[in-house]
Amino acid sequence: MAENTPVLRLDGVCKSYNIGTSIEVEVLHDIDLVLQRGEFVALIGPSGSGKSTLLNIIGLLDRPTRGRLFIEGQETSKLNDTAITKLRSHSIGFVFQYHYLISAFTALENVMMPLLVDHAFPTNEMQQRAADLLAQVGLTQWENNLANNMSGGQQQRVAIARAIAMNPALILADEPTGNLDTKSANTVFEMMQQVNQTNGTTFLLVTHNMDLARRCHRIVEVVDGRIVTPSPVRDST
Amino acid sequence: MNRWTPFEWITALRFLKEGRMQTIFIVTAVAIGVAVIVFMSAMLSSLQANFIKRVLTSQPHIQLIPPDEFARPLRPPAPGRIAAAIVQRPAQRIRSIDQWQKIKSQLSEWPDIVTVSPTMTGSALAVRGAASRSITLTGVDPEVYFKIVRIPDYIVEGQPRLLTDDILIGTELAKNLGASLGDKINVSAATSASRTLTITGIFDLGNKGANQRTTFVALRTAQALSNLVGGVTTIDITVNDIYAAETIAQSVEAATSVEADSWIKTNAQFFTAVNAQQTSNTLIRVFVGLSVAFGIASVLIVSVIQRSKDIGILRAMGTSQGQILRVFLVQGGLLGFLGSLIGAAAGGSAVVFWHAFMRQADGSELFPLILEPSLFINAVLLAAVTGVVAAAVPALRAAKLDPVVAIRG
Repeated sequence: MAENTPVLRLDGVCKSYNIGTSIEVEVLHDIDLVLQRGEFVALIGPSGSGKSTLLNIIGLLDRPTRGRLFIEGQETSKLNDTAITKLRSHSIGFVFQYHYLISAFTALENVMMPLLVDHAFPTNEMQQRAADLLAQVGLTQWENNLANNMSGGQQQRVAIARAIAMNPALILADEPTGNLDTKSANTVFEMMQQVNQTNGTTFLLVTHNMDLARRCHRIVEVVDGRIVTPSPVRDST
Repeated sequence: MNRWTPFEWITALRFLKEGRMQTIFIVTAVAIGVAVIVFMSAMLSSLQANFIKRVLTSQPHIQLIPPDEFARPLRPPAPGRIAAAIVQRPAQRIRSIDQWQKIKSQLSEWPDIVTVSPTMTGSALAVRGAASRSITLTGVDPEVYFKIVRIPDYIVEGQPRLLTDDILIGTELAKNLGASLGDKINVSAATSASRTLTITGIFDLGNKGANQRTTFVALRTAQALSNLVGGVTTIDITVNDIYAAETIAQSVEAATSVEADSWIKTNAQFFTAVNAQQTSNTLIRVFVGLSVAFGIASVLIVSVIQRSKDIGILRAMGTSQGQILRVFLVQGGLLGFLGSLIGAAAGGSAVVFWHAFMRQADGSELFPLILEPSLFINAVLLAAVTGVVAAAVPALRAAKLDPVVAIRG
């Protein structure tokens, strides 16, 4: 990928759902958005404005009804499920509000999971990489604990480590601090900032917390399925 | 995590481990089903083997008898005339198989045939004092015949010795005549020839009727009593493959022009019973297999619902639909495999236990213990395959879960 190719580009993306058999409701209207490498962008908006739908489309979990979506310069509308899955695995990391670690696995194994799914490295290298990532989020001592035995903040840090395991270009964080106390929320946010600065990973952070949003490079606001504050791309360096 | 274990296996094993109670219950259910199948199949095989052993150690696999005599009208009607005739079936007298020595040597060279024993069978009257009983007199060459019908195994008193003046009789006949070992009885044949013979052995064939009627004498003795010196009325045969007896009998019949009856033909009722048993056993296996399959499927469907968020997360992390599908297929296979291992061991142990404790009145075993390794291997493989097949529906459901919906729950 060329250095100046945006990590994410949306051209006129629309999404509509059929309600019943004939009524079609459009929830996203002509979304244009560009995220450059190394950006840390907050996505804000009231509940029901279409943030999560937009995030699902960007995360290749859902497909737009119209418009085009580019991930690292690759147009995604014509990709089949296998190619979409591969692109998602390599280019996009997810951090969800409810961290969603797999309870059957330890913290280390949860972080290893994307590598294992992708057969990315030999197992010992995967283990080493997962251990390094857990060290990066300050959870070395917890690596053999099952997810259920950890606090919400710790689980979210594991989720961040898991999201960056494949070294993706883009991390989508859907209210990752929404379920945490202020101190833990701050720790998690700083951790994401650290990853952003260290690895140059682009972050798109959905949040209702304006204090955190203001600490991002820029804010994109969605209201009624439209971007209402398209701020210019800030120099992330 | 093992270095070589793929993602699907690791995830399947962890899911099963985490849902411990569900796993234990369904593995137990599979184990019970497989144990029933193994127990029933092993019992049936053992009982069948026992029946076959009993039948085939008391009769030849194939018996050759002279063809029936029939009446031939001596005057065929003249051309252009129609003659009405009543052709009466002649009485079947006891007669020898024509050229039986030639047939015997011909059969001895037959590759499928193991033993060939000419015998002389006729009816006679056994008399001792005031008591007399009608008997079937079978003249045999003991060295060959006892390889076919294991009379020595059934001897309860004396020895299976057959010299010219010896006779072996059944327990019931001995009781009726009030005779015991070493006693002499007079045997009168229908030809009015008679001979005094010494009881050298008393046998128990396990059948009252047979013990009343059956007697064995030397071939020459029977030939003399039946007035058929040098003749034989039957040729008894054993073959390598007992289930090929009917086919071999037909070939022998075609090659020798004598009538050949296989044990399969003469024990048609036994085969009907065996088939009925096999059918009912197959039906039970099918229904047990179905209940095992539905059990595994229902547990996995619940598991898919419980784990929809995990599935969504895995999909978001780049897990393909195929990988999710395989995670659940592996779980189904593992449940079937583990359950069947336990079930096969339990079923096998139950058969051994049953065999050890169930005895006949005389203390001998009720049935021979036959535990074929193939039964266990097939049961385990079949259960594992059933598990995979049963997991297909829940696995497809899991693979097709929309990750957005799954994560949202």
